[in-house]
Amino acid sequence: MGKVFAFHGGIHPPENKKQSTRTPIRPVPLPKRLYLPLQQHIGMASSPVVDVGQQVLKGQLIAEPVSRISAGLHAPTSGTVVSIGPHPVPHASGLDSDCICIESDGRDQWIEHQGLGDYTRLEPAELIDHIRQCGIAGMGGAGFPTDVKLHLGDDHIVNTLIINAAECEPYITADDMLMRERADEILGGIRIISHLLKPSHVIIGVEDNKPQAIHALEAALKGCELNIDIRVVPTKYPSGGERQLIKLLTGLEVPSGGIPADIGIVCQNPGTVRAVYRAVTFGEPLISRIVTVTGDAVAQPQNLEALIGTPFGDLLDAAHVYENKLYRLVMGGPMMGVTVEHDQIPVIKTSNCIIAASIDEMPPAPPEQPCIRCGMCEQVCPAELLPQQLYWFAKGREFDKAKQHNLFDCIECGACAYVCPSSIPLVQYYRFAKSEIRTEEAEQRKSDHARARFEARQARLEREKAEKEERRKARAEEAARSQKVRKSAESSGVATEPTQDISALKTAAAVARTKLKKAQKALDAARDSGDGDIPALEAAVQAAHTSAEQAQQALEKAEGVKPTAANIDTKQLKTAAAVARTKLKKAQKALDAARDSGEGDLSALEAALKAAQASADQAQQAFEQAESGAAAGTTGPDLKQLKTAAAVARTKLKKARDALKNAEDKGLEGLDKLRATVTTLEQKAEEADKAYKDAEASAGATEAPVNQPVPVDLKALKQQVSIMRTKIKKAETALAGLEGEARSQAEQALEELRQRHAEADKAFKSAEQAQLDAAAAQGVDLKQLKIDAAMARAAVTKLERSLAKSEANDERASLEAELAAARDKAENLNTTLKQHEPA
Amino acid sequence: MTTVITAILILFGLAVVFGIILGYASVRFRVEGNPIVDQIDGLLPQTQCGQCGYPGCRPYAEAIANGDAINKCPPGGQSTIDALADLLDVEAVPLDAEHGEEQAKMVAFIREDECIGCTKCIQACPVDAILGAAKQMHTVITDECTGCDLCVEPCPVDCIDMIPIETTIANWKWPAPAEAPGLIATDRGRGELQQQEAH
Repeated sequence: MGKVFAFHGGIHPPENKKQSTRTPIRPVPLPKRLYLPLQQHIGMASSPVVDVGQQVLKGQLIAEPVSRISAGLHAPTSGTVVSIGPHPVPHASGLDSDCICIESDGRDQWIEHQGLGDYTRLEPAELIDHIRQCGIAGMGGAGFPTDVKLHLGDDHIVNTLIINAAECEPYITADDMLMRERADEILGGIRIISHLLKPSHVIIGVEDNKPQAIHALEAALKGCELNIDIRVVPTKYPSGGERQLIKLLTGLEVPSGGIPADIGIVCQNPGTVRAVYRAVTFGEPLISRIVTVTGDAVAQPQNLEALIGTPFGDLLDAAHVYENKLYRLVMGGPMMGVTVEHDQIPVIKTSNCIIAASIDEMPPAPPEQPCIRCGMCEQVCPAELLPQQLYWFAKGREFDKAKQHNLFDCIECGACAYVCPSSIPLVQYYRFAKSEIRTEEAEQRKSDHARARFEARQARLEREKAEKEERRKARAEEAARSQKVRKSAESSGVATEPTQDISALKTAAAVARTKLKKAQKALDAARDSGDGDIPALEAAVQAAHTSAEQAQQALEKAEGVKPTAANIDTKQLKTAAAVARTKLKKAQKALDAARDSGEGDLSALEAALKAAQASADQAQQAFEQAESGAAAGTTGPDLKQLKTAAAVARTKLKKARDALKNAEDKGLEGLDKLRATVTTLEQKAEEADKAYKDAEASAGATEAPVNQPVPVDLKALKQQVSIMRTKIKKAETALAGLEGEARSQAEQALEELRQRHAEADKAFKSAEQAQLDAAAAQGVDLKQLKIDAAMARAAVTKLERSLAKSEANDERASLEAELAAARDKAENLNTTLKQHEPA
Repeated sequence: MTTVITAILILFGLAVVFGIILGYASVRFRVEGNPIVDQIDGLLPQTQCGQCGYPGCRPYAEAIANGDAINKCPPGGQSTIDALADLLDVEAVPLDAEHGEEQAKMVAFIREDECIGCTKCIQACPVDAILGAAKQMHTVITDECTGCDLCVEPCPVDCIDMIPIETTIANWKWPAPAEAPGLIATDRGRGELQQQEAH
């Protein structure tokens, strides 16, 4: 036997181990229901691969591992999956978590399974994968998936394998009994793990309070080819802590924050080693374990081989619990375990002990008293920390300082609290501080992540904006370039331009005319003065004349093309006619003036007047034609235009009448003419009116059938109704100020208004109804309706919220009104929705 | 006389030398931006909720660096205020109720059969935690949601709820140990004794 070192601190609590080692390991009778938490190990929870109602066989995979650090789950017995959902789980929080519940069928029928035979011929990765498939996780306490630990040989040099059989915590004897009864299986497991990790040395660390187990192991090891060393360590709590045992057996310390593999050591629990053996040799997944059931409240403290998922209640029944004596049910040992409230909590892969304690055995904790800085906690701390300092930091919420004092090296063994004379629940403080720090770190990570996402989003929006701007610029440039190209094309030749710009042509014609005039003038001046190159000037005039004519022709051509191609521009024609008329008038005036003065070329002027008259007539004709053509040509007479025309005609008539009256009053000349005008205007106005009325009638006739299927303009109707309402209101207010006859008149008017309002309202409602009915008949767009209804509901809730928030009275009143309206709308929409919704 | 002049000259020479060194250092070791803003921003919870009155956490961090109050961040709560007070060496003050109260952590949840697919919430989400497209149902990526509730207001059909994050065994925290009664054994019953004496 090699040398045994020592670790700092430690305590010697009463062992209480004898009670449960008197009888051999017994199996628990098959429970009716088994609850298998999906999370029994460190890492990601496994994911169910069975459905509710499915029949499963013993050993069948029911949940598979979902990531690198995860472990699968197997049915511990044959039966039916009855539920997958929340159930109390063995956890300090006492919360529920997802469990697969299997109702056993009592047959306990195995699925077909077989061992791997000679595992030494397999690839290590294949062997480890088999162990992973069997769902093996550390059975000592933490539940770290074993396959991950077995892969440590890949990137670490493992020279020592330690089997942690110290089992230092009082009451617990599960490993002790296992070693006593199944030492050969443990040895088999060691062989497999040694094959994978290839350590130069295997040490089994056992406390000296387990002589029988040591004896059994020694017997099993006889003739073993491996370099296995059983090393007996003195009984001291917590020698079974991984780091403490490593210190005891090798004298080495695992660095803070590191793992044992960093110093070439891997630790395994005997229970896990045996599970590996059974998995490799028989192909049995991890579906049962040894659990110590002890405490004063059970008649037969003993070790039971329990299926994973067996409720604690079944274990207690198997050990004959005294219900009246049971004060506290503890899961785990008395030092590190937690009290549970529920006896339906199931056994999981890491459950090594259940203590059913009486009140004398585990009395309630005495009240916490002030720390007296005695320093006893420091003397027993196996991690060589300063428990007192950590306590102050945790209490004062100075978590940073606690972390600096290596809080995370605390193994929560409870030795400090055990010796504390002030009964301070020190471990609770450390657990609290640790979880606060972890939460803070998680939040920090999350906020960093959120910042990254936020910044990424900002950058994206920025980029999109820039891209949009870029595109806009590109478009503007493109437009400018095409404009330029067009301009240059225009300047290169008017005739080549496919779309002739009338205004440009007009300008060209005007320019040509001006040029011609100038040339003419120059010629005249030259003739008058008698000098200058008259023939040259004449030629120039001739040239200007031809070019002006050409330009005019081109313009006329272009103009002639346009009206036929497009809609006739009545407005333009009208202007032309007016211009022609003005010209005619001017010509007339000029002629009159010439006659009066007796000067000038009267005949020429007369000719010009005639020409002007002709052109004015032509223009007028063209205009009238176009107008009538437009009126007839459009698909339906433009009522609005006609109406305007009629109104214009009426106005003109009125003006003319006024003028006539004025003239009559003043006795002015030209009365006859004016009279004639008035009569023609009267005729015209009548015509326009008639045309309008005809058009209206025909429109009404054509519109009516058109209107039916098309949704009526509800909005307009609604508007009308509201206008009426406003008018009525106004009238009412006006009425209040009136008296006498005026009042009765006003009342009459009001009555009329009211009637009209009622009519409009009715029309609106009927239109609405008709629309709804039509929609219903056509199969309403239920989705749209639903959306509308939902939006209306949302509007109501939003208004309610803002109403609740608002304080100002007038604001409230208006909000209330709005709310009422919104409610009505929502109600209406809801009823319609109900009507149309398929029952 | 010469000693005085020598002393003055030496001091002058030293002043020039140190001036050059300092001038060079100020150029050579210049720090771009305000590093304190980054530190403050690092402490803020990054919900980008705007409850502080600034359009995001960074603008608020800049405002704090320019002397704004540190107690305007309800999502961060007292722990953020404490951390900021520690960083800036100012008094830790309670949260300003004007900007809201510290609430349990929430995540947005879209009632999916009521969603009309308007994408308004997607545009409102500062961390792109809502997934969806026009006329398609939207859903919240719970892990990315910061609980800022900026998506609730724009929803035209009010189908977004803010639900507190459920405590599971994964995020459960050990509670703080119950406050000790602080009694000293010898103090027990002392008050009653005095009362009895008075009678």
